[in-house]
Amino acid sequence: MAGPIDLNEAAERELQARSSRSCRIKVCCSTACLSAGSGATRKAVEDALRARGRDRDCTVVPTGCMGPCSLGPLVRVEPREGPSELYRSVGEADAERIVAAHLDDGPAAGDLALDERLPFFTSQRRVVLANAGRIDPDRIEDYIAEGGYRALEHVLHRMSPSEVIDVVKASGLRGRGGAGFPTGSKWALLAAADSPQKFVIANGDEGDPGAYMDRTVMEDDPHRVLEGLAIAAYATGARQGYIYVRAEYPRAVERLERAIRAARRYRLLGRGILGADFTFPVEIRIGAGAFVCGEETALIASVEGRRGNPSLRPPYPTERGLFGQPSMINNVETLANLPTVILEGPESFRSVGTQTSPGTKVFALAGDLRTTGLIEVPMGITLRRIVEEIGGGVPEGRSFKAAQTGGPSGGCIPARHLDTPVDYESLRSLGSIMGSGGLIVMDDTARMPQVARFFMEFCREESCGKCVPCRVGTVQLYGLLDRICQGRGRPEDLELLSELCTVVRDTSLCGLGQSSPNPVTSTLRYFPQEYLDLVRTREVDRA
Amino acid sequence: MNNRRADVRGHAEGDERFAAVDTHIRKTRHSQDQLIQTLHVAQDIFGHLSHDLMAHVATELRLPPSTVYSVATFYHLFRLDPPGEHQCTVCTGTACFVKGSESIVGKLSAEYGLAPGQTTDDGRLTLRTARCLGSCGLAPVTVLDGRIQAHQTPEGTLEQVGRMLDPHALLPEPADEIAPDDGRRAV
Repeated sequence: MAGPIDLNEAAERELQARSSRSCRIKVCCSTACLSAGSGATRKAVEDALRARGRDRDCTVVPTGCMGPCSLGPLVRVEPREGPSELYRSVGEADAERIVAAHLDDGPAAGDLALDERLPFFTSQRRVVLANAGRIDPDRIEDYIAEGGYRALEHVLHRMSPSEVIDVVKASGLRGRGGAGFPTGSKWALLAAADSPQKFVIANGDEGDPGAYMDRTVMEDDPHRVLEGLAIAAYATGARQGYIYVRAEYPRAVERLERAIRAARRYRLLGRGILGADFTFPVEIRIGAGAFVCGEETALIASVEGRRGNPSLRPPYPTERGLFGQPSMINNVETLANLPTVILEGPESFRSVGTQTSPGTKVFALAGDLRTTGLIEVPMGITLRRIVEEIGGGVPEGRSFKAAQTGGPSGGCIPARHLDTPVDYESLRSLGSIMGSGGLIVMDDTARMPQVARFFMEFCREESCGKCVPCRVGTVQLYGLLDRICQGRGRPEDLELLSELCTVVRDTSLCGLGQSSPNPVTSTLRYFPQEYLDLVRTREVDRA
Repeated sequence: MNNRRADVRGHAEGDERFAAVDTHIRKTRHSQDQLIQTLHVAQDIFGHLSHDLMAHVATELRLPPSTVYSVATFYHLFRLDPPGEHQCTVCTGTACFVKGSESIVGKLSAEYGLAPGQTTDDGRLTLRTARCLGSCGLAPVTVLDGRIQAHQTPEGTLEQVGRMLDPHALLPEPADEIAPDDGRRAV
């Protein structure tokens, strides 16, 4: 077998190959752009290059998500010299025009150009998504050329496991899956567990409807997740890793499989990683459609091939987890932060974000906004800036009503709280949660009781049925909400609704049940009038 | 013990597709924690999980049939009934909900007399709903036979489903999947 890979040499080789070409044309091939037709755009660009005999001299790079998904297909032209240019809504016909503008000195395709000085771009700060939309996720060489696997090399050769944990603790990184548990502390718990077999698991079971951050990270930069997972394994003493991915994300599975194969070939995973005495194989496990499997004990059951029923904690997975062994589950976005934390150091990481929530957060911005898409912003940014500057505000003629964060476990935030900074604590104090990063904006046509009913229906269907408060409570809550929405509710139903919310929150076994009332309580808190109007109409009818 | 199983046994009735399922089971060394992955492979090959197929998996993994059945019914993506010839999935994730996916489901349900999850009597169309396809920027979204369709309307989806079921019918020319104006509005 060949010796360990020399990362510097591999990066140098890749950069040299790049500089021998006069131009790189990047076509966004993420799900959103593909469904907008970027497959045809890519082919049209390739045809246009071939027709000019420039297909060797200019490379077409299929990349991951460039951000403003509602403006796809997106194309970025990067000449060897001079500034790059980003184009939006590039159809097949436009591809020829853009190639002509750059290669034949034809008229500039200014009408398609997207100004990167817009707040959508400048208000963002890309750490986790640094490579998304910039590299070909299927080429490990691309990742290495951007500095990939250097953090892993650094920890393997220059740091002890406990030093790595200290750095992660000092960075203040918190779990990006929603709860915000300090990542370093979780690692220390697993490291302290005394067992010959320990596991680390990457949680890519992104079940929140309206969220696709983790999918994007796995699809657009799979090696970053693998590198983060390997660092976690080294620091905690785990010798086997799993990545649990939703079955709804076949492209992410495919990309990760390819990435794992490539990493093994370069001995960046498997045995004797980077010449160090460190062995770490990684396997993918595919879910089969169950929201509850995002909960860590349910996820463990699912990795073991069983029904995704959560179990009572303690014992925590770090004591007894997968196959009865100490295990740790980290969200893929959390893991994707690690290479940066290691390479740039904890101080640099802390310089972004707030005191209690350092770093950045990726959000899937959707709903009634001018521009929707995937964004990464520093923690502590206000909701107003996300909605008004990045999202461009609610389209004309309508006004902002509420922003929903945290999916079915989160809540709705009304206009008067738009200046709240986005961090774990502030969102919780408003009755919502950070969640995994879905952020859906609703305009004044949204009816909040209906929104609450929508989420309760979701929780009712996704309840695993193990504990009574959740299994029965969500059905009853849905029934009440449905009655109210249909105008058949009684005024006393509102009291019953809040009472039942408290019971379900306080007595359910796992996070799914405990947080399922959040959409109801938050809409009751901020939009009580809408509920009152619905039950009052009923009173008027009766009279 | 594994040696005895090295030959491709397949199914007593000689259906060769079972051999393909067995190949996966053998590759993963009959390990019981591979149950979900095995059911995925089986469903990919057969299109759905029949009782016969689940019983076969149970035997090969040495699990009680009840365990296999309980796992197959726990997860939404496993189908116990054969799917229709064509599939229409309407995303009912939050972004699509906000943009009116309920009326798309309603329209299709009414037209074809199907509740989500059901297949028409002639076996031509299965209507499904999905919890977020992660293409929220394109909401509301549908998937027709594996192809994502962006910015849908009840009438537009109905027309597309009609064309999917009968490609030769004389229908008006399709509008662009994404109207240019919509895609190019100012940031």
